[in-house]
Amino acid sequence: MNQGFGFLDDLAVREIRRGLLKALAIPGYQVPYASREMPVARGFGTGGLQISLAIALPRDRLKVIDQGADDSVNAVALRRFIEASCPGLETTTRTVEATLIQTRHRIPEQPLSPGQVMVYQVPYPDPLQIVEPSESRRRRCHAHGDYARLWVRLYEDMVRFNEVAISNRYPARVAGRYVIDPSPIPRFDVLKLHQSPVAHLFGAGREKKLYAVPPYTDVEPLAFSDVPFAVEPFRDATGARRTCARCGAADTYLDELPQVGAASRWQCNDLDRCAERLGYPGDSDHDEHHAGP
Amino acid sequence: MGYVAMRGGEHAIAEALNALDLLRAGATDPGADPGEALTIAAIRHQLRLLTDRVMGEGGLYAPDLAALAIKQAHGDPLEAAFILRAHRSNLPRLGTSPVHHGGELRLIRRISAAFKEIPGGQRLGPGTDYLQRLFRLDLLNEDPQAVRAAVARILGDEIQTKIPAMEFPGVVAGLRQEGLLPPSRPAQAAIDITREPLALPVPRPARLAHLVRGETGGILAMAYSTMRGYGYLHPTVAELRVGYLPVRLPHPLTGELVEAGEMLITECEIVATHGGGPGKGGAAGKEGGQPRLLLGYGACVGHNEVKAIAMAMCDRAMLNGDERGPAQPAEDPEFVIALVDGIESMGFCSHYKLPHYVTFQADLENLRQAAHRAKGAL
Amino acid sequence: MMNTTPVLEVRNLTRIHGRGCDLCRTSTGDAAGTNTCPHCGSVVAIADVSFDLWPGEILGLMGESGSGKSSVVRLLHLDDRPTAGTARFQEAPGFSHDLAAIDEAVARRLRDTRFGMVHQNPHLGLNFGVSAGGNIAERLLCAGERSYAAIRALAGGLLVRTEIPRHRMDHQPGAFSGGMQQRLQIARAIAPSPGLLFLDEVTTGLDLSVQARILDLILELQRELGAAMIVVSHDLGVIRLLAQRTLVLRHGRVVEAGLTDQILEDPQHPYTQQLVGAAL
Repeated sequence: MNQGFGFLDDLAVREIRRGLLKALAIPGYQVPYASREMPVARGFGTGGLQISLAIALPRDRLKVIDQGADDSVNAVALRRFIEASCPGLETTTRTVEATLIQTRHRIPEQPLSPGQVMVYQVPYPDPLQIVEPSESRRRRCHAHGDYARLWVRLYEDMVRFNEVAISNRYPARVAGRYVIDPSPIPRFDVLKLHQSPVAHLFGAGREKKLYAVPPYTDVEPLAFSDVPFAVEPFRDATGARRTCARCGAADTYLDELPQVGAASRWQCNDLDRCAERLGYPGDSDHDEHHAGP
Repeated sequence: MGYVAMRGGEHAIAEALNALDLLRAGATDPGADPGEALTIAAIRHQLRLLTDRVMGEGGLYAPDLAALAIKQAHGDPLEAAFILRAHRSNLPRLGTSPVHHGGELRLIRRISAAFKEIPGGQRLGPGTDYLQRLFRLDLLNEDPQAVRAAVARILGDEIQTKIPAMEFPGVVAGLRQEGLLPPSRPAQAAIDITREPLALPVPRPARLAHLVRGETGGILAMAYSTMRGYGYLHPTVAELRVGYLPVRLPHPLTGELVEAGEMLITECEIVATHGGGPGKGGAAGKEGGQPRLLLGYGACVGHNEVKAIAMAMCDRAMLNGDERGPAQPAEDPEFVIALVDGIESMGFCSHYKLPHYVTFQADLENLRQAAHRAKGAL
Repeated sequence: MMNTTPVLEVRNLTRIHGRGCDLCRTSTGDAAGTNTCPHCGSVVAIADVSFDLWPGEILGLMGESGSGKSSVVRLLHLDDRPTAGTARFQEAPGFSHDLAAIDEAVARRLRDTRFGMVHQNPHLGLNFGVSAGGNIAERLLCAGERSYAAIRALAGGLLVRTEIPRHRMDHQPGAFSGGMQQRLQIARAIAPSPGLLFLDEVTTGLDLSVQARILDLILELQRELGAAMIVVSHDLGVIRLLAQRTLVLRHGRVVEAGLTDQILEDPQHPYTQQLVGAAL
């Protein structure tokens, strides 16, 4: 390949950076952009990838996670591609060391600190898509702050299930104005966006949109005043909070690993955080027996 | 043990490539000779329609690269087009050509369904329309000598490498002169859809650009819907042309237009005899009070007649939608252009193979909680 | 206590579809016997419609299909914009808007909180994909209500008020009878207690007994809410029962205006005479 640092050509870098500046200036607003075709398939993170490539600097330390894991195949493939196209850039699996974190479906468990940047891979940038297929009509709704039909969806869920049945991509209002699709992170992670000290950049490559939650910005999940927003409880039959079978944490998002002829095993989804707690920082591979029989 | 939670994604990816290479070499087939390589030239000629399709959907006229992509993608047209597009993504724009016209084509094929005879003449050219789809067993074990002999028999001594240019007035030009077609719309500037964000409502140049790169099957399905009850198009193929288009570019120093090369394209104009169907006024063919024919335009890279015709129908259907509001899916530009891109839809369909266990766990937690509450309520 | 300013002051409201020309107005209308301009082919949906609507008043718009009565409602409900003319809506004493030149965001707020619309076709007025309660909830949510319990209570009350059994609240409108769908539209329209209601052929196509109940309901609600209403109908009976004053439209022009009783007893315009005569 004849490309320079970051694979993208200068025009693409400039367009994406400008788009991101606009996105940060208008929190939650979806900025349309041309979205380059990447050597990675649409749906596999081309939006997040373009952001990472457009903003990465040689001094950055990059962490790429998919489902909370640094070593799942897609995270590996994306990290390898970024490493190859950004000579000098370091990579890490440790959240605390990373300056740039590209993610799919999770926000790391460890608190983020100022200066770090989160980059999200986004399949559906528009929370209104579940109630309105036409993009021109959706843009009009956003312009008017018209989220009534989203609210009706919540109402209908309450009627039918006595709770809001949206488990991920939970719509959240940013800075009191635009409602965003926070990407398919679980509810557990949505609250981490509120008044977060870092910039959260969202890229939807296939849908060709960029949007952002700037640092220290209000993010509130849509919820009725008398039906509080609740996160995944992770409770066992007795009502007790489940804990990680490896590190014992009782405050993390858990993966359930079904076992043959036995109860499921539960363990931290964020393997880096788990390794930190176990005292093997940066070595999420340390414990081998998690894979089960 | 699933591939997701498995350690060493790195190793798995390397092994996947090895497995692909083994399969391509036919290493699992005792009858295959792993050394029997497909040459790029063989792909380009003997799989020429596939090569054309890949160039069209890949958005780059580069026959050798398309052939290489086909080889690399084991013959999967979408994968091959994807490789071409990824390569094209960052290529610099060296120049912008002026608008070219179909009248400049060096034709290999030209047909009109609208008239028995057309000025400039019908030319059947290479096409399978009137061939019986029966196996040609002589291709089973082709002898190069026999192939050369056949070529000599067909061409005799007059081996021509250059298709001569010829003058021909377009079929629709005559209809337009007669006032049966509305005057040409003023030319709109082309839109580079890979460099500019999508504008809504989608301008026609952007729609056509999306269709040019659209997946043949997707466009065909969309067009077929308009003929199959989800629309009321009754098209007549006014003209279908296949030929080599000389491409002119401004010279980087003098700015003068010079012929930089040529590309094979397929171009189609359909006329819809009557818009009709429910909707305001019924006759979409009424512009300014006088009933007229309606035009639809399609053009694509390479020889791909179905795509050009289907594209022209989609164009017409969307123009109908502009006039009286989209009444059918194919009349809605947002719907059409979002769905016809095979590389995007393929990517998104494939992405469901990626691990989704975090969201699935969230679903499970939600369901269990609901079940728990329901039990408590009983 | 009586507010002495009209809720609506409509002056020369005009809507031309098409490019329009200088001759459009003079070559269409009642005398010309057509809506379509012979010079440019544009359709003059309405021209020079003027009237006042007073608080608590019910105004009838009468005319055959194509006369322009629904165009007037579309313009006033801000579903369309006029080619010319003004329509001043008084939102509160001393606070009014010209509906002909209004900002999109204000238009939305007015539609959400100050206006109510009931269509002839329930598919235009209801969302058939959500429950009856959800249809009402949408209006309450638009008006800013965010308590689920309050929405349930208010929606339930509105259903009962419009004679829909409360236990049908969580059913979808597709399972409702035609009369019930219209009552649900009314419940939805009045949910935010709007000051202005538009009723466009709301009883057309319903059984007579069902019609009568709905018309009674409208009169009762008008007394309870004190809302001004514009009632569009081609049915003399509906106009006679509901409207205090009436405009008769033909080919996009007001051809007769006045007290409903007067118009029906002593029609002046030949067209009105013909209408009244046909009904007798």
